[in-house]
Amino acid sequence: MTQAVTLTRPGGRAGGWTRRLGPALAVTPFFVFVGLGLVLPTVALAVSAFRRQNPDTLADESTMDNMSTALTGGYRTALLGSLRLAGVCAVLGAVFGVLLAAAVVRSGSPLLRRLTLTASGVLANFGGVPLAFAFIATIGNAGEVTTLVERWFGFSITDDGGFSLYSFTGLTIVYLYFLIPLMVIVVVPALDGLRPQWSEAAANLGARRWQYWRHVGGPVLAPPVLGGALLLFCGALSAFATAQAMVGGTVPLVTLQIANVLSGNVLIGQEGVGAALALDMIVAVGLVMVVYWLVQRRTARWLR
Amino acid sequence: MAAVSTATIPVGLDAPAATAGPRRRVGFGWLLLVVAAVYFIIPLAASFFYTVDNRATGSLDLGAYAKIPTSAGFVDALRRSLTLAVLTVVGALAVTLPAMLVVTLRWPRIRPVIEGLSLIPLVIPPIALVVGVRDVLSLGPNQLAGTPLGDALVSSQDLDLPWVLVVVYIVLALPFVYRAFDAGLRAIEVRTLVDAARGLGANWLTVVFRVLLPNLRTAALGASFLTIALVLGEFTIASILSFDTLPTWLVEISGENAQESVAVSVASLLFTWLLLLGVSLADRRRRTPRRAS
Repeated sequence: MTQAVTLTRPGGRAGGWTRRLGPALAVTPFFVFVGLGLVLPTVALAVSAFRRQNPDTLADESTMDNMSTALTGGYRTALLGSLRLAGVCAVLGAVFGVLLAAAVVRSGSPLLRRLTLTASGVLANFGGVPLAFAFIATIGNAGEVTTLVERWFGFSITDDGGFSLYSFTGLTIVYLYFLIPLMVIVVVPALDGLRPQWSEAAANLGARRWQYWRHVGGPVLAPPVLGGALLLFCGALSAFATAQAMVGGTVPLVTLQIANVLSGNVLIGQEGVGAALALDMIVAVGLVMVVYWLVQRRTARWLR
Repeated sequence: MAAVSTATIPVGLDAPAATAGPRRRVGFGWLLLVVAAVYFIIPLAASFFYTVDNRATGSLDLGAYAKIPTSAGFVDALRRSLTLAVLTVVGALAVTLPAMLVVTLRWPRIRPVIEGLSLIPLVIPPIALVVGVRDVLSLGPNQLAGTPLGDALVSSQDLDLPWVLVVVYIVLALPFVYRAFDAGLRAIEVRTLVDAARGLGANWLTVVFRVLLPNLRTAALGASFLTIALVLGEFTIASILSFDTLPTWLVEISGENAQESVAVSVASLLFTWLLLLGVSLADRRRRTPRRAS
């Protein structure tokens, strides 16, 4: 074997050396950047979630206080508020997304289909600050639609209707603007995977429509729909820019609380609470992703 | 809820009267599509109208847009955001492509590692990541003060060009870049191309730049567009670390000049959408079964 190597590579040792060094050099930048930008911060965050400066001795010490503080009082409210918002958004986004995707797929119009998919691809990326401002300009207190409705119907959405964009409901409406298109993108391939032959076969065997959905369509669609809903959940849970630009601090959300802690609005000795909240978020999203992954494994069997 | 209730007004006028049987199902589908169209179009149309609606004179003009270039801080913020975008694109491509080529050609066994690390940023909320980034940065002037590493951490936070953002944005862009190149590499016969070029005497640089990259042009373009869109819109990390980029500037001015902030939002949206449309057009061209000339 050594003989063969020396025969094919006259360069000898130098050739073997560069053969291994080349790939190693090529992957090094990747690991350096991932290490600096992802692994190191995550480790630092996990460490500072369990450290604090003792308010009396000013010494650095290990503690569980941050984690437990993060689950009490206003932090607890914020965490639950975020989970509730994400849950509501995931369910509504999934329902409307599936209905919309079904309407598009059933319409049988290739133009409508392409238009919807392209628009969804674009709108699903429409988040952050501009989205907040678009909605403020539309149904905010001085928004175009708000003033137009008042001028035409003499009805103030905000005063008479009691509606506020800067609330839980308002945030839900705004988040759905990019979550529904995301759901459409996820679900259209799954709907395409429902072969017409299946429903014909079920009908030939005497199944009624609801029986087809109960025993064939539903079970096939359930994993991708659930997977999509979990994606929406994560998206709504981690959204920060839109909430910050729109409601600031009026709605209790964990992302806003983290920003609040980081800007120094905490008691001495509680600086680590921000890290603890962040860790809670990562754990929540991580759990959701594990479920998502399990669901995806099932889906892969049926589609394609 | 308001959006939905206003949305139903035109529907009642346009939708055909529901009839029996299958016709009604079709009607429901169309009704849903119209409601959706209204929900998705109204905020865009209203924002645009909001920016051209000059409430002082009661007429429509593009004054809010004309004011943008001269407003305080805009040029700096835009230049900084564009610089960050360019550096992030170059960095993300330079970091990802070599690693993926190694995985494809030499070390397939580390593919799961590269893939997993590339996709993790999708899972970690940026607001959580930035907490850790801040902890790491705070080592600079404290525990690591005076050391070269500490100095590097401090200088990475230069207000004019914050390098630390480039590093974090490269990580945030990894999922998009990885997926784009993964699709691109699967679509071509990498090994055959490399073997052929190597057999003809090309060295590795020639192989990468003159054989592989031209074949991966669409993937690189798609990855770059998505990365630019990401960097230009990124607010969370820049704002927590107190750097002045386009989105943070936007929030800053929104208090005193709402109309202009919406105008910048609309303009930046149009720009981002052009980029994303570019991606989907490039995608479609790749999918048509036609060999590049």
